[in-house]
Amino acid sequence: MTAVITRPDALLYDGVEWDYDKIKRVYDAVEHIALKEMGLDVYPNQIEVITAEQMLDAYSSIGMPLMYRHWSFGKHFARDEMMYRKGYRGLAYEIVINSSPCISYIMEENTMTMQTLVIAHAAFGHNHFFKNNQLFQQWTDAQGILDYLEFAKTYITHCEERYGHAAVERVLDAAHALMSQGVHKYPKKRSDLRTEQRRERERQEYQDQTFNDLWRTVPKPAAGQRPAKSVSERKKLLGLPEENILYFLEKKAPRLEHWQREILRIVRHISQYFYPQKQTKVMNEGCATYVHYQIMSRLHETGQISEGAFLEFLHSHTSVVFQPEFDDKRFSGLNPYAIGFAMMQDIARIAEKPTDEDRQWFPDLAGRGDGMAAVREAWANFRDESFILQYLSPHLMRKLKLFSVRDDAEDPYLLVDHIHNERGYRDIRKKLARQYDLGYLEPDIQIVDVDLAGDRKLILQHRVTNGVLLDESDAKAVLRHIANLWGYEVQLIEVSAISEAILKEHAVTAPSGIGVM
Amino acid sequence: MNIIDRRLNPQGKSLANRQRFLRRAKEQVVKAVRDASGKRGIQDIENGEKVTIAAGGVREPSFHRAAQGGVRDYVVPGNKEYVEGDTIQRPDGGGGGRGSEGSADGEGEDEFRFVLSRDEFLDIFLEDLELPDLVKQKVKQSESHTLTRAGYSVSGSPANLNLVRTMRNSLSRRIALKRPKRDEIRELEEMLREAEEAGEDADQIQALREQLEHIVLRSKRIPFIDPIDVRYNRFESVPKPIAQAVMFCLMDVSGSMTEHMKDLAKRFFMLLYLFLRRRYRAVDIVFIRHTHEAKEVDEETFFYSTETGGTVVSTALEEMQKVVQDRYPHNEWNIYAAQASDGDNMSSDNAKSSTLLRDVILPMCQYFAYIEVAAEHNMGLSALGRETELWRTYKQVQSPERPLAMRRVRSRREIFPVFRELFAREKAGA
Repeated sequence: MTAVITRPDALLYDGVEWDYDKIKRVYDAVEHIALKEMGLDVYPNQIEVITAEQMLDAYSSIGMPLMYRHWSFGKHFARDEMMYRKGYRGLAYEIVINSSPCISYIMEENTMTMQTLVIAHAAFGHNHFFKNNQLFQQWTDAQGILDYLEFAKTYITHCEERYGHAAVERVLDAAHALMSQGVHKYPKKRSDLRTEQRRERERQEYQDQTFNDLWRTVPKPAAGQRPAKSVSERKKLLGLPEENILYFLEKKAPRLEHWQREILRIVRHISQYFYPQKQTKVMNEGCATYVHYQIMSRLHETGQISEGAFLEFLHSHTSVVFQPEFDDKRFSGLNPYAIGFAMMQDIARIAEKPTDEDRQWFPDLAGRGDGMAAVREAWANFRDESFILQYLSPHLMRKLKLFSVRDDAEDPYLLVDHIHNERGYRDIRKKLARQYDLGYLEPDIQIVDVDLAGDRKLILQHRVTNGVLLDESDAKAVLRHIANLWGYEVQLIEVSAISEAILKEHAVTAPSGIGVM
Repeated sequence: MNIIDRRLNPQGKSLANRQRFLRRAKEQVVKAVRDASGKRGIQDIENGEKVTIAAGGVREPSFHRAAQGGVRDYVVPGNKEYVEGDTIQRPDGGGGGRGSEGSADGEGEDEFRFVLSRDEFLDIFLEDLELPDLVKQKVKQSESHTLTRAGYSVSGSPANLNLVRTMRNSLSRRIALKRPKRDEIRELEEMLREAEEAGEDADQIQALREQLEHIVLRSKRIPFIDPIDVRYNRFESVPKPIAQAVMFCLMDVSGSMTEHMKDLAKRFFMLLYLFLRRRYRAVDIVFIRHTHEAKEVDEETFFYSTETGGTVVSTALEEMQKVVQDRYPHNEWNIYAAQASDGDNMSSDNAKSSTLLRDVILPMCQYFAYIEVAAEHNMGLSALGRETELWRTYKQVQSPERPLAMRRVRSRREIFPVFRELFAREKAGA
């Protein structure tokens, strides 16, 4: 490897065609820069070459190499396939999986430069982020995920064979509808996905062992003699209020079978696995984009890739980080690649060449030198919301010409309430950070009570902020799913977070028939 | 680092998901296919079909905020002229969406479009159609499989283990390799014990002992049953037709048939052909085309070569009769026929055709479908009910107990509905 570096005019590859030798050479060169010069720390890499169709496959099963079967994945595949075939949409150049070894998919159609870019972007950029960001460290189990998915797939196939497609589909439909409400937002115990399979078996065995038919013959207390528990006692017993609806149903729903609970658990684990990714879109892409940009520039500087290859890289790089302005017809919100990349560059700039303004805004960061270390630190310790709140600089706000707009449905006009000036910086930063705060983006829905003494009605509450209610038809459909799992009536009350006033109520009656699920 | 080439992995990993999706959306897809098929030509089928279904049945609901109402804040890039306190006209139809909140994953749409493959399209289109079975043997499914013994194999399930074969192989192998028999070992042991008891000299005992060790070792090395001895009964599934069927396609290719008419007839037969090939793999198809004389031809010629001449329908019926006599004895075969014509016939031939049809063809047929193709722009006359020669002739033959069905087709649009009408499965448990 060193031999290549010391011979500056030795190109790693030439032309557009790729082969395994070239990829190996490029990987070694990229690895050298990433680990030695940039100080990245990565999981072992596994690079898999796939076809466009396999890429579509991977798309449809939320990017995972193996997944249980469900019609919704088929639906996504059908849609993506049509979009791709009709040319409405290109395919991603790569997909990377947060696992150890870290698997990156590269497409066979890519040119050698694109493969180099993908290796730098996914195998080092994303990989470093997965391994070092505290959210991922805390929440996901990179070693165990693939085994767990294997278990999930087999388990669900097994259920389908045993209980029928329709029954399994009903549970999965319901579980998918509640996926966003299936995460623990505050970590309890680090879950180890590899032991899940064993634990499932143990739970089943324990139930089998402790089963005693005699319980059936114990006389039931006469009606009305049951000691009435106070509301707070009851809630405590059920662990209410509970915002992880899937967890609550898995543990407490009275009429579910063992396998149905296990399926809810599987969906819940997968949702939990993706929770950090949802919270770090800007940072994750920013990190990967910054890494590939640094690596490609370095390869070019040291003469390891040709001018033509570098221009090809710049072409795709600039289209990735392109941010249309709000009145552009291509505008569809802030591009996480653009804002992430801009912020990473900005952090390095502040650390190395700060202005007076930067010194005032970032006293700890400005001028500390070693931009790379500063950026690495940010990657390790933040998520999108806190990252923006901490690092978005006035310089960048001016560059992007950010402004904030207030849209009050009762007002005929939109109001520009802050622009990129001295008075607006802090507010814009706060609002932008909130735009990436999942806790704020997703409606706050909790299970608040169950009428155990009466008709077992499950009561959910949506705490409404800023007067934005739930989408009614979807809410109703999700409630129907909850009712199917719970087995009794379900009610959702939307209350104002400020005044506690009831704004709207939705209710779904108990599913008809006994043993519906 | 590992590089793994996954390109050769089995394709169609998402097939199972796709089937689940189609099953889920079944009703809507069927409706969409029926709607679509009215509008298109048959050749287009080759390309699969883009269908649009209502998103309702395949919606994936989730708790999310409504697109409208309340107070929202957005941070957007690209300010050019605004200062604090400015007001902006609400963008049209935006409902305050401003892009950043909109449907990020495209789930918001009311309709869902996707492409059905050709096979899927045909499957759904031909789903509840069946060859009519009216009198003779039932053609429910013309192929069934039975398992027949077919020799032995070296792999199989334990239940199919063939003990006799296995032991025979084991025996011959043991003989060939000279595996010591149990008696030999016992004999040697006996000799050794005797020698020891008799106190013979040490060398001899040692020699016996070594010999014993040797053959014991040898019998261990050569197993009693080796995996290579094992044989299983092998079964082969053999198709067993329950009933045989043959389909006759008759078409008039005479001069009076315009291109448009031929096109209609071709489309009808092509559809029929696709249907038959799909539903009944073991059905024979005979193509007969006629002008003033009839000929049995192959599929290619039937559809694609042209010929001109007068029209004598009875020749085709005679040809069919001949083919039936030669190759398809009607007590063994279920015979179906479909005829396409513009309705022209030599007047002198009508009586003959009618007699032939009534006395010969219909008695041996399960079903005879007559499709009359008419010129599209000429529909005024047909609509007034001017019946063609052949139509009138056949009409006289038609009666409830005779398996004769007649339909008129004027435009491409009608082909699919007419086809479905003719072959719709009998409702009341036929």
